[in-house]
Amino acid sequence: MAIAEQHTSSEATQTSSDKSWHGIVLQTLKRNEISLVPYVPDRVLTPLIKNLHADPFFTTFATAREEEAVGIASGAWMGGRRAAVLMQTSGFATLANVLASLAVPYQIPLIMFVSERGTLGEFNYGQSLVCRTMRPVLDSLALEHHTITRLDELEFIADRSIKQAVTTQAPVALILNPLLTGGKVFDK
Amino acid sequence: MNTRNTKVMNRLDVTSRLIAKLKHEEAVIGGIGNTNFDLWAAGHRPQNFYMLGSMGLAFPIALGVALAQPDRRVFALEGDGSLLMQLGALSTIATLKPKNLSMIVMDNGIYQITGAQPTPAANVADIVAIATGSGLANSAWAADEEDFERLVEEAMSASEPSLIAVRIDDKPGIGATRRDPVQIRERFMHGLGVREPL
Repeated sequence: MAIAEQHTSSEATQTSSDKSWHGIVLQTLKRNEISLVPYVPDRVLTPLIKNLHADPFFTTFATAREEEAVGIASGAWMGGRRAAVLMQTSGFATLANVLASLAVPYQIPLIMFVSERGTLGEFNYGQSLVCRTMRPVLDSLALEHHTITRLDELEFIADRSIKQAVTTQAPVALILNPLLTGGKVFDK
Repeated sequence: MNTRNTKVMNRLDVTSRLIAKLKHEEAVIGGIGNTNFDLWAAGHRPQNFYMLGSMGLAFPIALGVALAQPDRRVFALEGDGSLLMQLGALSTIATLKPKNLSMIVMDNGIYQITGAQPTPAANVADIVAIATGSGLANSAWAADEEDFERLVEEAMSASEPSLIAVRIDDKPGIGATRRDPVQIRERFMHGLGVREPL
């Protein structure tokens, strides 16, 4: 009985980990052979970043700026290695120039995961303002983007979007909404 | 600046000297503006990548190539003004230590292409000291052309990333890169063996 309980408990932990939003993102990256993940960290992304570091399949590291990470991902793609970039909303706001002068015109399938701050309980006015610049910038360049709010849709959206980015040689932004991740609230 | 003993060289001449030494299909990333104009003028190679914007990203792009193809030597050419936009990249490279990445900084202390305005670093900062302080111990000023060639030779067999700073004159670039980003990217990928031409 004790053994059975232990087994169940371990299985439950495993399942919980695999079916968490960050577990699904990690597995989707792996399935799509994305092994290079530069990032500028965000509190919400912490479990994903931690698990990427723990998995030898991935080369993952912090960069000083988000556009630096985009440069690295672009170089890696041209060298035959797939990459994805992790950032926060405020980091995305620094990217208009590199998207318009590198990723889009050179037709590079840049895969971006953006942890969305600034909505659904934001406590920092600046974050809520910078968030409002994100979709207009994406739309102004006609960039594919999806806001992911539901766990049951995450794998489908992420997997299909990565495949579409690669086959159409076009960037994509996957926005991880607080409805999916829990977001960051004042008391955290 | 600890550059008193360094000769003022010429970008195209130094770039041509680098290209002449490349015998193993080394990748070369040319930074925005004059840096890639002179890379183009030195003679197009399939392993050259020319930037048409995203100032400051020559080293990060080169780092990406170096991480994707660890068996290929990757050179990155960047201007001093461009580098100032992305100094944090030096620490990223110092942390990752890709041994196949060599960086060259063309330092004339000015934004030549916009009207030769001095950079904020022009009279106060030392590029090699910045690189060393960022963790890139293998950084040096090239004293003259011969010294530059010697440093390039050293970089090719180095076991850590290296940075060579070159003091250059205020001449504009000679060539004019054909501004077709898709063609530039596609040819580069052919040159790196990632794709076959149609």
